[in-house]
Amino acid sequence: MMSSHLLSFAIWVPIVGALPLLVFGASSRSVSRWFALAVAIAGLVVTLPLWTHFDSSSAAMQFVEQAPWIPSFNVQYFLGVDGISMPFILLNSFITVLVVLAGWQVIEDKQAQYMGAFLIMSGLMNGIFCALDGVLFYVFFESSLIPMYLIIGIWGGPNRVYAAIKFFLYTLMGSLLMLVAFIYLFAHSGSFNVLDWQQLQIPGKVQQLIFIAFLLSFAVKVPMWPVHTWLPDAHVEAPTGGSVVLAAIALKLGAYGFLRFSLPIVPDASHAMAPFVIGLSLIAVVYIGFVALVQADMKKLVAYSSISHMGFVTLGFFIFNSLGIEGALVQMISHGFVSAAMFLCIGVLYDRVHSRQIADYGGVINTMPKFGALFVFFAMANSGLPATSGFVGEFMVALGAVKFNFWTGFVAATTLIVGAAYTLWMVKRVVFGAVANRHVAKLSDIGGREFLVLGLLAACVLALGLYPFPLTEVMHASVDNLLRHVAISKL
Amino acid sequence: MKTTYLLIPLAPLAGAILAGFFGKLIGRTASHCVTILGVATAFFLSCLVYQDVEAGHHFNGPIYTWLQSGGLTLQVGFLIDKLTVMMMLVVTFVSLMVHIYTIGYMHDDPGYQRFFSYISLFTFSMLMLVMSNNFVQLFFGWEAVGLVSYLLIGFWYTRPTAIYANLKAFLVNRVGDFGFLLGIGLIAAYAGSLDYTEVFAKREELALMTEAATGWPLITAICICLFIGAMGKSAQVPLHVWLPDSMEGPTPISALIHAATMVTAGIFMVTRMSPLFELSDTALNFVLVIGSITALFMGFLGIIQNDIKRVVAYSTLSQLGYMTVALGVSAYPVAVFHLMTHAFFKALLFLGAGSVIMGCHHNQDIRYMGAIRKYMPFTWITSLLGSLALIGTPFFSGFYSKDSIIEAVALSHLPAASFAYFSVVAGVFVTAFYSFRMYFLVFHGKERYDQVPHDEHHHDDHGHGGGKPHESPWVVTLPLVLLAIPSVLIGYFTIAPMLHGDWFGSAIFINAERHPALEEMTGEFHGPISMALHGFASLPFVLAASGVVLAWFFYLKRPDIPTAIKQRVMPIYTLLENKYYFDKFNEVVFAGGARLLGRGLWKVGDQGVIDGLLVNGSARTVGFVAGLVRWIQTGHIYTYAFLMILGVLVLMSRLFLSAW
Repeated sequence: MMSSHLLSFAIWVPIVGALPLLVFGASSRSVSRWFALAVAIAGLVVTLPLWTHFDSSSAAMQFVEQAPWIPSFNVQYFLGVDGISMPFILLNSFITVLVVLAGWQVIEDKQAQYMGAFLIMSGLMNGIFCALDGVLFYVFFESSLIPMYLIIGIWGGPNRVYAAIKFFLYTLMGSLLMLVAFIYLFAHSGSFNVLDWQQLQIPGKVQQLIFIAFLLSFAVKVPMWPVHTWLPDAHVEAPTGGSVVLAAIALKLGAYGFLRFSLPIVPDASHAMAPFVIGLSLIAVVYIGFVALVQADMKKLVAYSSISHMGFVTLGFFIFNSLGIEGALVQMISHGFVSAAMFLCIGVLYDRVHSRQIADYGGVINTMPKFGALFVFFAMANSGLPATSGFVGEFMVALGAVKFNFWTGFVAATTLIVGAAYTLWMVKRVVFGAVANRHVAKLSDIGGREFLVLGLLAACVLALGLYPFPLTEVMHASVDNLLRHVAISKL
Repeated sequence: MKTTYLLIPLAPLAGAILAGFFGKLIGRTASHCVTILGVATAFFLSCLVYQDVEAGHHFNGPIYTWLQSGGLTLQVGFLIDKLTVMMMLVVTFVSLMVHIYTIGYMHDDPGYQRFFSYISLFTFSMLMLVMSNNFVQLFFGWEAVGLVSYLLIGFWYTRPTAIYANLKAFLVNRVGDFGFLLGIGLIAAYAGSLDYTEVFAKREELALMTEAATGWPLITAICICLFIGAMGKSAQVPLHVWLPDSMEGPTPISALIHAATMVTAGIFMVTRMSPLFELSDTALNFVLVIGSITALFMGFLGIIQNDIKRVVAYSTLSQLGYMTVALGVSAYPVAVFHLMTHAFFKALLFLGAGSVIMGCHHNQDIRYMGAIRKYMPFTWITSLLGSLALIGTPFFSGFYSKDSIIEAVALSHLPAASFAYFSVVAGVFVTAFYSFRMYFLVFHGKERYDQVPHDEHHHDDHGHGGGKPHESPWVVTLPLVLLAIPSVLIGYFTIAPMLHGDWFGSAIFINAERHPALEEMTGEFHGPISMALHGFASLPFVLAASGVVLAWFFYLKRPDIPTAIKQRVMPIYTLLENKYYFDKFNEVVFAGGARLLGRGLWKVGDQGVIDGLLVNGSARTVGFVAGLVRWIQTGHIYTYAFLMILGVLVLMSRLFLSAW
């Protein structure tokens, strides 16, 4: 195990780098965006050793940093990653680079602050994935709301204030209960150390309460049905970059919470409540799939599609087999690429036509062949075509679900039909067909910068689809350890 | 040898990548050269592999590990045996012919390079499918051919009908894949592996198990789920609806994908899974019933079509039904034998139809053709040979395969076999009738090509100049000739080893005690010549001949009769015209129902209950309570003083009262 400050770098490089942007950003547009790009790339570079130096044979926390923070309450600055959290840090740092690139020209108002907000967001989310102290986790978890709130509220669409407040209150409401649970666990154990919490013996009734507190908090973030309605509004109003980060990373925070807190800390309650969570997940997959089908707004459609895909993730977690959990994790990473790409594609169209309505398009491929090809590719990934990353996770979770119970698998597998239906129907109406109107006729194909961003994502989607082996190798030890841990009663 | 195996799919893939990404850069000629080179390499190497396999060298091994999770090791790997190598030869040969043909057919199309890229990509996908040694790669190939089919049906993406058809094709196939995935899931759950060999090794155990959640016999559940996948890809009723619409794509792909290769993937898969299907008579009966319905009822639809490609398309559906019937009676070698002969003569018929379309200046309506034999001799002769093969004329390849199917059904003991026998025998008459209806209308009779009404020319793109039909260039006729040769001869030369010589060996498993049909046939087989001579005296031949004669009488001799009959049986005609209302039903119930459900869930569930009642409702409740409280929070000192006095009064009175 390396003793270094890699995780601190992953958190603080983007945040500290963002400060000059906020202070001096207004002076020069071109300097500030190059600076933002440099910070984002630096943020990515410092996370790369996490992958290269990771010991995938060990389930223990790695790159651990531990220092007292508030000694009177035994609160620590305690960081560490395992095979479950490490890939997300890389994903997050990678997506941040793309978001900075995507905002290069289209953001005209307060661009430096816009990029600064994303860099800070990136650092805070890295903090969430590696915090091993309850208070530290909570601080990161809550403070990551602020930049997103500002991103939606300042750079968002016409109804941005409603969406921003809805987003903020919805998620805040959930996490307050989590704080209560944390305080109980502290009172019970005398520490905020998450790893210590995982060893606690907790009576059944209390486990149930804690589980429900966690569930409310994480379910809103995922989001699970029926606490999902903030997401479509937030996406529709958010600027493209905001949607990308929201879909690619922010949605993963809740799911990550289930793995880090719910399952290991209250395993008995998790088992007891599993049928309930599985039920909600299946509703998300099917119900939301049908809702996505009838959306007239592309962003809403992809937002609903995200909820449906995240249903697969929570399903995978609560069937308690390694195919399910690893599949869910792969699905999370893949969804990070694919949903980011989908939102970026919609952004490309929005930048040119200033509409997200499907009805305003048609025959885009006639004027934007390169873009059309990429859009079709990502749509295929979104409908889970083999050889794209979208297939791997869904396939694993579906196999796990059939193993768990045939009917669960049956309902989950309907996504094969519904998912393809809503995605490809949109593609048909937007990309294919004759040129629909004069706006489409005037479209210009994507430029080098846009091509670079989408091309990078396409490469990731394809690579993960063709060779998911390295990614799952990283996870095995931690997932197996988690499953062993969850199998032991802690009553 | 492993390198050779690897090169076979990768050569077309390389061609596809070059033509796809750099097509504009390297130009049209280079694009078709590089893709043809790729496919030709694949064909040549397949021939080498064939020799090697004939010498007794089989291969079964991994290329790389794709994924490892939950005790499952999923690999990309090849299984090379007789079944595989036969499929490889068919796929690469037909694909090569289609590649060459495309040079002529797509000559004026602006999407020339893209088209070559797609068909090479298809060849790659299909090869991955047939060469796989495990279910994951099978599923990859399965979906990949579906993707390419989607891209090719929608090749002319500005046409509303084409992009409707490709979406429909993809979704209907996905319904099949849904079943297929569940079947794979059951295998993974109960056999603990997705490698063919390991799964087959556990087949006896699987046969005894019951599916835990449903209580079904496991092996039946697996086989039916897998077969649902085959129904999608091989267009069996009721998942056949996509295939006729797929004719919206350019003709070469109708030949390659929607007749010769991709649609046979389901047949191939079931054959590959024969060790599993042999364990479930229920599943076999199911297969048999679906196959016979498809074989007969899809044939009827061919009778009333006027679009040359659609006639051939319905004939494909019907022939796929025949293959499925053969699977149902456990005559797997017969099914793949028919698959092979059909691949040649159906590709030939489609390419012939394409040549006719080109010759007739992109008119596809057979009512406006006639007497074309004078202008297009190569196309005429080869199409005639293809039609004769299709209807099962003795000595032609189609005869050997189709007659074997009928015989196998006759010998089967399954309960559904009697219905199937009726279907396949009646189907012979129907096939002969619609095939020669088309043949006579196109190649004989009066010249009607100048009568094309102007709103009719909506099909294959570009160039609607009228004028006389003309023969197609050599790049088109050469593949026709090269396909005509096996269409005529291959049955004669291969029936003895493939059906009766145990050529497939361990690649196909038949439980001869339970399903002895093929074994009994072998006992009665005395060589191809005797079989063909026998064929002249058999019922199928009589039916086929009467079908041809009737078609001649109706469409050449007395063209007034069909019209009269049509008037008489209008209800039946309407039923056929609407394709048994499958499309209407799907459109209203499934597509309409899904949209209705989605809108209901969205408006009522999301916007009404969750957002309206719960989210904004709780916000309103907070607002309401705050409003009440605000009413006493006036900001005037006298209000507060008054309330304070009131409070003190209440407390004091309470104190006094209790002290009392």
